[in-house]
Amino acid sequence: MQQLVYFFKKFKYFLFFILLQFIAIALTFNNLNFHKSKYVNSANSITGGFYSKISNFSDYLNLKSENEILSNENRRLKNQLEKNNFSSIDFDSLAIDSVNFKQKYTYTNAKIIKNNYTKAFNFITLNKGKNHGVSHEMAVINSKGIIGITDNTSNNYTRVQSILNKNSKINARLKNSFYFGTLIWDGKDYNKVQLIDIPRQAILNIGDTIETGGRSTIFPEGIPIGIVLKINKGNSTDNKIDITLFNDMSNLGFVYVVKSLYKEEIQSIEIIEDE
Amino acid sequence: MNKILYFGFLFIFLLLLQVFVLNNILFLGYINPYLYIAFVFHYPLKENRFPFLLASFLLGLSIDFFLDSGGIHAFSILSIAYLRLIFVKIYFRKIPLDYPFFKLQSESFGKVFNYVITLTVIHHFIFFTFANFSFQNISHVLLNTIYSSVFTLILFFLGTYIFRKKE
Repeated sequence: MQQLVYFFKKFKYFLFFILLQFIAIALTFNNLNFHKSKYVNSANSITGGFYSKISNFSDYLNLKSENEILSNENRRLKNQLEKNNFSSIDFDSLAIDSVNFKQKYTYTNAKIIKNNYTKAFNFITLNKGKNHGVSHEMAVINSKGIIGITDNTSNNYTRVQSILNKNSKINARLKNSFYFGTLIWDGKDYNKVQLIDIPRQAILNIGDTIETGGRSTIFPEGIPIGIVLKINKGNSTDNKIDITLFNDMSNLGFVYVVKSLYKEEIQSIEIIEDE
Repeated sequence: MNKILYFGFLFIFLLLLQVFVLNNILFLGYINPYLYIAFVFHYPLKENRFPFLLASFLLGLSIDFFLDSGGIHAFSILSIAYLRLIFVKIYFRKIPLDYPFFKLQSESFGKVFNYVITLTVIHHFIFFTFANFSFQNISHVLLNTIYSSVFTLILFFLGTYIFRKKE
């Protein structure tokens, strides 16, 4: 007993150090795991509050470019609307059955108050949270393409796992041929992501557009991602393709959070299949 | 009491400076200084090390909260906070009786320079290794360590020169 007390007395600082290091290591490992990172994140009222105060100031610098993006998006959507109007003239308006119409997604607008893109595991913080209907595992996009998936929410703030995160895996496909693969990031360049596991028979050209596939329960189908930059021909097993993003991930402002209304239903079926 | 207030103020100042100013510098696209470790250099040496270790850990953890980095800042700053005493013994040849009178400002510049540079490089190396978390981009880790260390050291010595008390 005397020996034990003596041991603790002699090594008390070292033991305290080891205890704190152990806590830090545990938090680090939890943070790398998408489903466990609950404790240390910027989606709480203190850090989120600080970030939104600071972003209130810096937003004025980007007003011009934000307006431009918004007006471009409006133009695109108005053109789309016009096309639909034209094609529906042929039909009797009564023939459109509004009962059968099923909305699949709802969109919430949000503002990025903190953005990282230089580390290997990057996260973004948004100024909307549970009070605005944002929850775990929702898609985050803007008019140019995809941005990430929400992972932690507090009442007023949300943390998003950016596509520039080594843990990020998103289903993506070629726009012209529907062959699909998985979108990952190797942690090097914030303008380039990688597409792996694309079938060998897929015909690829430099400049082909990549978009989200419909196989994910999170992302809607057909959201643009980027264009093919480099095709690695050779005997590598993963068939890796470099992709340039449409989005400039270092300069993001307003985004949409997409809620899939049928996520639970699809997932409940898929769970049964797996067993 | 005055001391506690001073270091409480330093804690908050370094935290906000790191999170809102220094982390947005991104010199050449990716190089940031990590000046918050100045807390470790300026905290006085004491016989009881529990408050110091705990304060360093909390400073690292607060930065982790802001930057969504899990616990890597806490881990790396705690490492140098624990190792500090070893290097004080090596470079300044102090025994525990000298601790209350130890001041970084009153030591010669060469010794202080060696001491600060060693701890900074250790901190940055641990930090970037954990931030990268794989053996793939090891050259990236080493380059980042060197560049950021230089940046941090320049800011630290400029800062101590500017805020030096006139005697």
